[in-house]
Amino acid sequence: MHRRQLFSLAVAAGIVISGSACKKKDEGGGSDAKGGGKADKGEIIIGHYASMTGNTAHFGQDTDKAARLAVEQLNAAGGVLGRKFKIVTFDTRGDGAEAANAVTRLIDVENSTAILGEVASSLSLQGAPIAQRRKVPMVSPSSTNPKVTQVGDYIFRVCYIDPFQGKVMALFARRTLKLDKVAILKDVKNDYSIGLADAFQKAFVAAGGTIAAEQSYSAGDTDFSAQVTAIKSSGAQAIWVPGYYAEVGAIARTAARLGVKVPLLGGDGWDAPELFTIGGDALNGSYFSNHFAPDQASPLAQKFVADFKAKYGQEPTGLGALGYDGVMVIADAIRRAGSTAPAALRDALATTKAYEAVTGKITMDKDRNPEKSVVVLKIDGGKAKYESLVNP
Amino acid sequence: MSTLLQQILNGLSLGSIYALIALGYTMVYGILKLINFAHGEVFMIGAYAGYFAALGLGVERYTDAGFPLYLAILVLVFAMAVAALLGASIEFLAYRPVRSAPRLTPLITAIGVSLFLQNAAMLAFTPNPRPYPAILKEVRFELGGVIVTNVKLTIFVVAIALMVGLNAFIQRTWTGKAMRAVSTNIDAARLMGIDTDRIIRATFAVGSALAAAGGILFGLDQITINPLMGVLTGLKAFVAAVLGGIGNIRGAVLGGLLIGLAEQMTAGYLSPDYRDAITFVILIIILILRPQGLLGVVRPEKV
Repeated sequence: MHRRQLFSLAVAAGIVISGSACKKKDEGGGSDAKGGGKADKGEIIIGHYASMTGNTAHFGQDTDKAARLAVEQLNAAGGVLGRKFKIVTFDTRGDGAEAANAVTRLIDVENSTAILGEVASSLSLQGAPIAQRRKVPMVSPSSTNPKVTQVGDYIFRVCYIDPFQGKVMALFARRTLKLDKVAILKDVKNDYSIGLADAFQKAFVAAGGTIAAEQSYSAGDTDFSAQVTAIKSSGAQAIWVPGYYAEVGAIARTAARLGVKVPLLGGDGWDAPELFTIGGDALNGSYFSNHFAPDQASPLAQKFVADFKAKYGQEPTGLGALGYDGVMVIADAIRRAGSTAPAALRDALATTKAYEAVTGKITMDKDRNPEKSVVVLKIDGGKAKYESLVNP
Repeated sequence: MSTLLQQILNGLSLGSIYALIALGYTMVYGILKLINFAHGEVFMIGAYAGYFAALGLGVERYTDAGFPLYLAILVLVFAMAVAALLGASIEFLAYRPVRSAPRLTPLITAIGVSLFLQNAAMLAFTPNPRPYPAILKEVRFELGGVIVTNVKLTIFVVAIALMVGLNAFIQRTWTGKAMRAVSTNIDAARLMGIDTDRIIRATFAVGSALAAAGGILFGLDQITINPLMGVLTGLKAFVAAVLGGIGNIRGAVLGGLLIGLAEQMTAGYLSPDYRDAITFVILIIILILRPQGLLGVVRPEKV
């Protein structure tokens, strides 16, 4: 009896060990595939890694749709350097290890010329070191945490960064909404959320406000009643929730249920229609910062919105717009570099200047971050409407 | 003070959901000495069954008037029936063939069934979280600074009603009596003419139905559901069953309430980062100090 039990345990352990060994072999095996330089003919591959499923699925899906729209338009116009573009997308499922795997495969197996992704800063931070080591330029469409581009000189982004986004919202809370006490509720498993919480806190306190309470949750949590109850007793006039839409929607509902009537404030991580399907009326009167407002956009942005609607039958989000811009900035750099060689492409990306994009003009600074304006949106009746625009 | 009461109320409502799930673990263990690790997934499928039933009955058309109560009860009954069928099928397909094998075999089978159901659910329902439909139109009222909602009250009422019903079922009906007999000594029960296979199947069905009720209440309380919701919740309910004394039905209820309270108090007063950890700290402490659980009794091993 005992011997048999031991035997089954050993079998189970064996299965686990051999399983993980196989996986490792897979990861290592691909690296030989990339030998000498890439072919100079044929399609230009843009490798996109994105959360197509999971808790941030809307980020990945919207970005991917917009990126594919961009590729379609580029190809319809004849491509660049006489070559067409092709986009290859791998799903990260919102998971860090998967993000690293995806980037490795995009470079080693798919021979990507450039990498687009991720939306979530935590995931970009997993993918960026691999792109940097392999010297393949990576453009994150919408990771706003400063650490992402600090990984190395091959890592770029086409959005603003959190110290600026957090500051804009802190000053908006302090000066426009005239608030004295704000509570913070951040996701401690998320680099984006932590960075944005810190930036907000610094700017809000410097402007003479006080932080009434600091609470946290972890991505994937479903119960927020303890945190909201604690915040309620702190007397905060608003809650700064720099998280992602699925949890934010549930937090808003929990707050309404517990009789908390103060507005919620957040960042671009709120930008998905699911925010409204989950949060519903509970979000009315809340504000968040974003990259553009579909109802207050430049002619270029209006054309993008119309094209996106025609192709997919839905409104694009700000994050979608950045996916489009990411592809267009890569294409522009390839055109200016006159080649797809990684070093030349990197140099061209770094010298992107006053490029007219859907989400505003893009000029890379020396840290490979563009300076762009922040749009503040107000939520009313299940919709986000333009409230104000803040320039850097 | 009102903050403390609010946290207690929230803890008890979460705890009664754990209690409903813990009952399934404890009933199966009581009879088969098997920890049914797929139980958390039955809870998840129950929540989804309720979700689709509510959508099928057109819950979205009733936004202003609120979903009629008889339809809400229909949703609950449907989900419980689906889960009961699923629980009994799992027993029939996965556990019965290995029932006479060493105890480790069914345990590993249970883990396999659990992983299978998680991934099947991700394939069938997509891994994206879904907002739970408003089976109950939410009404809020304030009692001395504490916000009480009809959802929380319903969770208590449904949970208590089901637990009282279960107790009556086990104490008063022939099937319940047979369950107790099988739990005491399966071989003797078989010699007395009890169809033990049928009783084991019934135990799985009843436990699974309770988990499905827990799933619907969880969806109402926690706003969103996803295919992996059963993993951590199931594990916590399992700890609740061990805390109360596994195999002991009252213990499962007590354990569930205590775990819910402990979790909520930790999140509210210590740090939300420790909310999941506290459950397992409690598990370790109870295994060291009182391995039989709070209400468990040590039975001398027969020689």
